[in-house]
Amino acid sequence: MKIIAPIKHLIDYNVKVRVKADGSGVGLANVKMSMNPFDEIAVEEAIRLKEAGKADELVVVSIGVKQAQETLRTALAMGADRAILVVAADDVHQDIEPLAVAKILKAVIDAEAPGLVIAGKQAIDNDMNATGQMLAALLGWGQATYASEVAIEGEHAVVTREVDGGLQTIKVKLPAIVTADLRLNEPRYASLPNIMKAKKKPLDEKTAADFGVDVTPRLTVVKTAEPAARSAGEMVGSVDELVSKLKEKGIV
Amino acid sequence: MAVLLLAEIAGGALALDATAKAVTAAKSLGDVTVLVAGPAAAGEAASKIDGVAKVLVADDAAYANGLAEPVADLVVSLAGNYEHIVAPSTASAKNILPRVAALLDVMVLSDVTAIVDGSTFERPIYAGNAIQTVKSNDSKKVLTVRTTAFDAAGQGGSAAVEAIAAAGNAGLSAWVEDKVAASDRPELTSAKIVVSGGRGVGSEENFAIIEGLADKLGAAVGASRAAVDSGFAPNDWQVGQTGKVVAPELYIAVGISGAIQHLAGMKDSKVIVAINKDEEAQIFQVADYGLVADLLDAVPDMTKAL
Ligand SMILES: Cc1cc2nc3c(=O)[nH]c(=O)nc-3n(C[C@H](O)[C@H](O)[C@H](O)COP(=O)(O)OP(=O)(O)OC[C@H]3O[C@@H](n4cnc5c(N)ncnc54)[C@H](O)[C@@H]3O)c2cc1C
Ligand SMILES: Nc1ncnc2c1ncn2[C@@H]1O[C@H](COP(=O)(O)O)[C@@H](O)[C@H]1O
Repeated sequence: MKIIAPIKHLIDYNVKVRVKADGSGVGLANVKMSMNPFDEIAVEEAIRLKEAGKADELVVVSIGVKQAQETLRTALAMGADRAILVVAADDVHQDIEPLAVAKILKAVIDAEAPGLVIAGKQAIDNDMNATGQMLAALLGWGQATYASEVAIEGEHAVVTREVDGGLQTIKVKLPAIVTADLRLNEPRYASLPNIMKAKKKPLDEKTAADFGVDVTPRLTVVKTAEPAARSAGEMVGSVDELVSKLKEKGIV
Repeated sequence: MAVLLLAEIAGGALALDATAKAVTAAKSLGDVTVLVAGPAAAGEAASKIDGVAKVLVADDAAYANGLAEPVADLVVSLAGNYEHIVAPSTASAKNILPRVAALLDVMVLSDVTAIVDGSTFERPIYAGNAIQTVKSNDSKKVLTVRTTAFDAAGQGGSAAVEAIAAAGNAGLSAWVEDKVAASDRPELTSAKIVVSGGRGVGSEENFAIIEGLADKLGAAVGASRAAVDSGFAPNDWQVGQTGKVVAPELYIAVGISGAIQHLAGMKDSKVIVAINKDEEAQIFQVADYGLVADLLDAVPDMTKAL
């Protein structure tokens, strides 16, 4: 079985985000970029399925600017077999919406015919939490989002999902879309020899136009603003002082 | 203009708080029809929410466990009559609505925090580090709304309830089991007080002191990602960018450093208290009251003092 993992190249989660003064967006020029953390988890899961003999090939796909190939190389160094870069933007500030990403991924999947797609639950830049579900819809496949456990059992994936009340286990027909949540696994670091080897693994470059997908955004950004700031309050010296302040305020 | 609102169903019943908050958001967009993919009793409960014009109930085994594929197909089968399709931002709706949007060939708007007009919405991005205002150019708007950003609509409605047929089930997925811990505590996202513990709590056993303080206050219990990852607390207690978003009257953060991903889930709380042994901890920058102390002493002391 072939697995496809879509991975997004975006601002590193440790970088402090700055809203541009003109309100046009968030400053991304010259900031550290990395693989979306949820996608590292997705790639790790796919590699583990390969190691367990449940899959035989892992293809990673990224859509965005040319520099996304760095993130694809990271996935290749972790253990992916080959990569597809779909160049759909020439400026990092131009985010490709989940609907357009899903359409491009559908085209890739139609050609590659994987048995399973593992995406991340959410991209930590746009916080959309949508692409996997949209892709499943376009393909007419089943979906198992927010996975904390994945087992392949014959023609099905049995997936435990993190939901509001706790955990839900479902069984979804393959091929299917799974999206990875935080507890699915702990991603490995790529070793130096594997980073070297990854440089020789195949990385195919395409464009959105090759797939005939229009990436024009459906949502026009009117403005981007800083959230209301919250200022620090006061330090209290003891538990008793804390409790009496809260009582004074009438909140306990 | 008409709005179709997908009611939140949990444990086979209407999740009133989440649904009533989404009704408040939806009302500003047009006449609200609530869709209940669940039992008749949930439909009755939804009809009493103030501001609901009509309730449609599709009571069918296909919807019993909220599986995304059949529920999305049901919503899509009704979508022709509505300009807006709305749901509260719960794990369940966030699973379903993007699927609905893609089937309709429109974008989804996740976690809307303010409605500017019928096509313009505000939503947080980058873990709440920025608030984006976006205008949808799609013919239909499919959105999930953050429940912390809208007050719950009241009771006193008496909307007509109509039973509708199910929209079939392609059988792409099947439910196996739910592991839901029963609790007498208030629900995390609607509680007036939340006490959360972080990695600093140290162990699952120590988490009992967090729960003890919560029970004294009649509060819900939350946790940081690190506390959940370490096995101190269950996943559904996680507060943050990728967990639950809460905005109670009082949020008490214990042994939590205040990473941006955690702040994303609680910084709209009215009053924030932080207890941390590190006076440099980031959490103090957003706290109304900060106490530098060892939580193993301070939390039991606080429970006693209340
Ligand atoms: C993709 C992604 C998504 C994430 N989503 C979330 C999310 O939704 N929610 C979330 O919370 N995090 C999330 N995180 C993780 C986040 O970045 C932090 O790692 C996490 O919030 C840290 O948890 P913590 O504050 O409990 O632990 P730490 O940062 O380790 O802090 C522990 C604190 O406890 C204090 N402490 C230790 N012992 C004591 C004691 N005896 N008495 C008093 N204080 C003590 C320490 O001084 C320290 O400040 C996410 C991260 C990523 C990459
Ligand atoms: N531009 C992209 N390229 C590749 N994968 C993506 C892209 N955008 C989103 N994804 C995938 O979809 C997941 C969810 O993203 P989102 O719906 O934007 O929150 C991510 O974790 C990735 O797996």
